[in-house]
Amino acid sequence: MRPPALSRWPALAFFAAMAAAGPLMDSFWQSLLTLVFFYAYMGLSWNLMMSAGLLSLGHALFLGVGAYATAVLIATAGLDPWLSLAAGGFLAAMVGSALTWLGARFSVRGVHFALLTIAFAELFRVLFDNWELVGGTGGFFLKAINPETNRPLATLRGGTLFFYLAFLSATAGAYFIIGRLMASRWGYRWRGLHADEDAARALGVPALQSKVLVVAISAGLAGVGGGLFGLMQGSLFPDSVMGVRVSIDILIAPIIGGLGSLFGPIIGAFFVVPLMEFSNVLAQRIGFFGLNTLINGMLILAVITFLPDGLWPRLIALARFRSSAQCSK
Amino acid sequence: MTQRKPITRRRIVAAGAGALTGTLLPGIGRAQGAPVKIGVILYLTGIQSFMGQQTRKGNEFGAKIVKEAGGPPLEFLYGDAESKPENGRVVAERLIRDGCTLLIGTNDSGSTISVAQAAEASKIPFLINIASAPQITEQGFTQIFRNFPPGTALVANAVARIKELGATTGVQPKTAVILHVNDTFGQGIIKGVDVLWERLQVPIKILDRISYDVRARDLSVEVAKAKASGADLLMPITRVSDAILMIREMVKQNWSPMGIISPGSPGPYEKAFTDALGKYADGYMSCVPWYNPTKKRSREIADRFERETGDRFDLNAAFAFEAVEIAADAIKRANSAQPGAIHAALKATDISDHIIYGGPIRFDEKGQNPNIGGVMLQNQNGKPVVVGPQDAAEAKAVFPLVPFDKR
Amino acid sequence: MTTLYLNVISGGILIGVIYALIALGLTIIFGVMRLVNFAHGEMVVIGMYAGYALWSATGLPPWTLAPVAALLLFAMGYLLQKAIINAFIDRPQHAQFILFIALALIITGLHLLFFGPDPRPIQIVESMQSYAIGPIRLDVMRTQAALMAIGLIGLLMLFLKYSTIGASIRAAADNLIGAQVIGIRVRRVYAVTAGIGIACAGAAGALIAPLFDAQPFLATDFTLIGFIIVIVGGLGSLMGALVGGVMIGVAEALAALTVSPALKTIFSYALLVLVLLLRPNGIFGEPERS
Repeated sequence: MRPPALSRWPALAFFAAMAAAGPLMDSFWQSLLTLVFFYAYMGLSWNLMMSAGLLSLGHALFLGVGAYATAVLIATAGLDPWLSLAAGGFLAAMVGSALTWLGARFSVRGVHFALLTIAFAELFRVLFDNWELVGGTGGFFLKAINPETNRPLATLRGGTLFFYLAFLSATAGAYFIIGRLMASRWGYRWRGLHADEDAARALGVPALQSKVLVVAISAGLAGVGGGLFGLMQGSLFPDSVMGVRVSIDILIAPIIGGLGSLFGPIIGAFFVVPLMEFSNVLAQRIGFFGLNTLINGMLILAVITFLPDGLWPRLIALARFRSSAQCSK
Repeated sequence: MTQRKPITRRRIVAAGAGALTGTLLPGIGRAQGAPVKIGVILYLTGIQSFMGQQTRKGNEFGAKIVKEAGGPPLEFLYGDAESKPENGRVVAERLIRDGCTLLIGTNDSGSTISVAQAAEASKIPFLINIASAPQITEQGFTQIFRNFPPGTALVANAVARIKELGATTGVQPKTAVILHVNDTFGQGIIKGVDVLWERLQVPIKILDRISYDVRARDLSVEVAKAKASGADLLMPITRVSDAILMIREMVKQNWSPMGIISPGSPGPYEKAFTDALGKYADGYMSCVPWYNPTKKRSREIADRFERETGDRFDLNAAFAFEAVEIAADAIKRANSAQPGAIHAALKATDISDHIIYGGPIRFDEKGQNPNIGGVMLQNQNGKPVVVGPQDAAEAKAVFPLVPFDKR
Repeated sequence: MTTLYLNVISGGILIGVIYALIALGLTIIFGVMRLVNFAHGEMVVIGMYAGYALWSATGLPPWTLAPVAALLLFAMGYLLQKAIINAFIDRPQHAQFILFIALALIITGLHLLFFGPDPRPIQIVESMQSYAIGPIRLDVMRTQAALMAIGLIGLLMLFLKYSTIGASIRAAADNLIGAQVIGIRVRRVYAVTAGIGIACAGAAGALIAPLFDAQPFLATDFTLIGFIIVIVGGLGSLMGALVGGVMIGVAEALAALTVSPALKTIFSYALLVLVLLLRPNGIFGEPERS
C-alpha cells in the first residue's frame, strides 16, 4: 500500500456521519450496515497482512480463535467482557505470530505460505470440532440477555444499534491505526518485503520480525473482530467461524475495493455486502439457489480481470480526472 | 429437489419488486386486521433438507385443517436456514422484521437455539416443533415453548421400551455399541444416555461410542469399528442420509447384529430411508415420540395426510401439524396478533385432545411440555409401525433382526 | 482384529487410487504452468454431476462413464485455459489465486443453480454389494472405480511418455525457455495441459459419484485432499501424486480406525503443515525454481 494520498479529515467526517446516522435508521439498515462494517473491518485486517506480501487464505482462523476465546471466557470463566475481548485479540495475535514465525523460520514463501495458512485454519477447525470445552460441532451458545435490564457497554451485547456502533468504531479505529502504521517505518519495511523480499533483506530489513509483527497485528485485529462477531451471533460453530468459506468471504471485499489502498476494503464492503444480501434474499424467493455464489464469483472475476487494482483507485482516478478537467477549462 | 414454477419475466420482475420492497422498505404493505403472521424456520435445503421439507408439509397440512375447523386466520412465512445452524438467528430476524409475531421451528437443535436468541432479543414467542437438546430449556430463554421431549426423556423412553422388548420376546441383549452423529442433537442424546444408563441400571453394557461428523460422506471405518466390537445391539443416533450410508455399509460388510435400536433419533422412519433401502430397511427400531395410532382422530389425520400428499405422516409431519394446532389454539384464546398476548395464551395452554401419544399439552415454567409419551417403532415391510408400549402397539416386534444376507 | 485392519486398509487403498487421480490433475497443471488450481475440487464435482447426469440418462454402470466425463472436462479445461487462464500466467501469484477462487465460486453457483443443493445419490443394485476375498470384503463400487482409475492413470502415463504432445508437455515442464527455443508452441501445450489436468479431475469425479452423493459443497474437501497429496508427494511429480494418493487414503482410514473417525482429517492437515515446513518439495518433488 502506498501512503494514503487523501488527508484524514474526509475519512473522519465519513465515520462521524455514519455514527450520527445510526440511531436514525431502522433496524434493517442497522443490521445490514453492521455486516458491511464487519467485513470492512476484517478486510482492513486482511489487507494489512497482504501489504507485506503475505497472502492469508485462512484468515478465519484468527476470527475464530478470537470469537471462541472471548465467548468461552465470558460464558464459562465469567470474565469481564472487555477483558475477554482483549484476551481474544491477544490469543489470535499469538496464533498468528506462531504461524508466521514457523513459516519464516522454515523459509516458507509464496504458494506454500498461502497453503500453510489454509492448513492451519483447517487444523484448528477440526480440533475445535472435537474439543468439548468449546462445544465441538454441537456449538457453543451464549446465555440469553434480558433486553430490558442489559447494559450493552458492560456486557458487550445489545441490540442492532449497539453492534452497528461497535463495528463502526472498530472499523474507524482500524482505519486510523493501520494508516499510521503504513506511514511509519514499519510500513516501509512491509512494502519493501512485498515488492522484493531478497532486495529488502539485502538492504537490512529484518524480515522475520517484520513479518511476525504485521501478522500479529493483523491477527489481533481479526481476533477482536471475531470476538465481537461471536457476541453478536450468540452461537458459535467451528465451521461457521473458522471454515474455508469464511476465509474466502473475508477477502472478497478488500480485493474488489482495492488491495493497495486503505479505504479500498471499506468501499469494497459497501459494494459487496448489500449485493450479497440482496442476491441471497432474491435467490430464496425465486428459488434460484446459488445465485449469490454465482454473482460473487463473477464479480471477483470481473474485477480481477479488468480492474486489477480494485474499485477505489479507479474511483479516485475518475474523481481526479474530473477535477483536473474542471481546472483545465 | 423442490418444485419450481416456470420462470417467466413477469415473475422475475414481481419477485424483484417484492424483494425490493420487502427488504428495503420493511413494514410497507401490511394491512390492518390482517391474519396473524407466523414465521416458520426450517432446513429446506442442504444435507438435512428431507426432514425440513417433511416438516413443512406437516405445517401446511395443519394450516389447512385449522382453517377447515374455523380457526383464526393465519399466514405462514417460511424461512430456509440451509442446514446451517447459525443461520437460524438471521432467518428469524428477517421473519420478525417481515411482521411475524410468532415463530415456529426448527427441526434441529443447533438452529433452534440460534432462533431462540433472536426470539429472546425481540420478545417474540417461539414454539419449538422438534428439537431435543436438553440445554435449550436451560439457557434462560423466556420466549420458548417446546412441544418435544428433551434428550433425557427420549432416552428414558428408550430404556423402558428396550426392557419391555426383552420381556415380551424373551431375547435379552447383553452388550451394545453406539454410533452417533456429533452435532448439537447427537451430543444431547449421548449425554442423556450417559446419565440415564447409570441411574436406571440398564443391564446392557455399552462397549464403545463411535462418533462421526454429520457431513460425513463415508461411514465404512465407523461401521467396521462397530462391527469389530462384537456387540449384540447397535444403537445408532443419526440423521437420514447417514442412516442410509450406515445400513449400506452394514450390508456390504455383512454385519447383522441382534438388533438395531435407535434411542431417539431420526433416520429409519423417514420415507427417504425406506425408499432408498427397500428390504434392508426392515427390522430397524427407533424409540421416538409419535402420533397415537390407536386414537381415532390421529388415524384419520394420518390417513388423510398420506392420501392428499402421497407422503408418510411421520414424526416431522406430526409434530409440525401439532405445532400449528397449538398455535391456532393459543391465538384463538389470545384473540390478538400481539406477541405478548400470544405468549400469555401459550403459557396457559392445556390441550387434551391431540394426535401425539401422551398426556395433555401443557408448558412448565421453562417452556417444556413434560407430558409427551414415547413409543417404539419398527420398520416392517417398508413402513414404520408402532410395536410398543402395549396400549399403542399396532404390531408385534420382530426381534432378533433378520440377517441382511437372508433377505 | 487383523481382518478389521485388512478391510480398512484395503478400503483406504481403493479410495487412495481415486484421490491419486485427482492429485495427478492438480500436479500436472502446476508442473507445466506453475499455476495452483484452487478450483480443482469444484472440477471434481463437475465430474460428479456429469457422472450422475449420464447415469440418470443412460442407466449405464457408473465406472464406464468416467471416460466420457474425462472428454467433456478436457474440452472445458482447454477452452477455459485459452479464454481466461492464459491471461493470468504472467500475473502476480495472488492474482492467480484470486482467479481460481472466483472460478470456484462461479462453478459452485452454477451447480446450485442447475442441480440444487440437495445431495444426488446414485443407487443401483451393486451399491449394496461387496466382493469377498477370503476374510476381506471389497466394496464393489469402490473396486470398480479404483480399477478404472488405475486404467486411466496408466493411459495418461503412456500418453505422456510416448506421444509427441506428451513429450512437448514434459519438455515444457522441464525447461520452459528451452522448450520454446526448440519451437514448441507453448500456448498450445498449456491448453492441452489444462485440459488433461481438468479431465483427471472430471474422471475422478465421475468415479466418485456412486460412492459419495453428488453435492456442491464437497468441492472444498476435494481441493484440500488434492493439495495435501500434491504437497506431500511433491508439486509437479506424477509419481508423488500416485504414491501420495494411496498413502493419504490409507493413512486417513487408519487414523479413523485407531484414533477416532472424527479426527481423521486432523492427521492429514498436520501432515500437510509438517511437510510444508520441513520438506516443502515433498517426497518426490524437485527443488523450487525461482
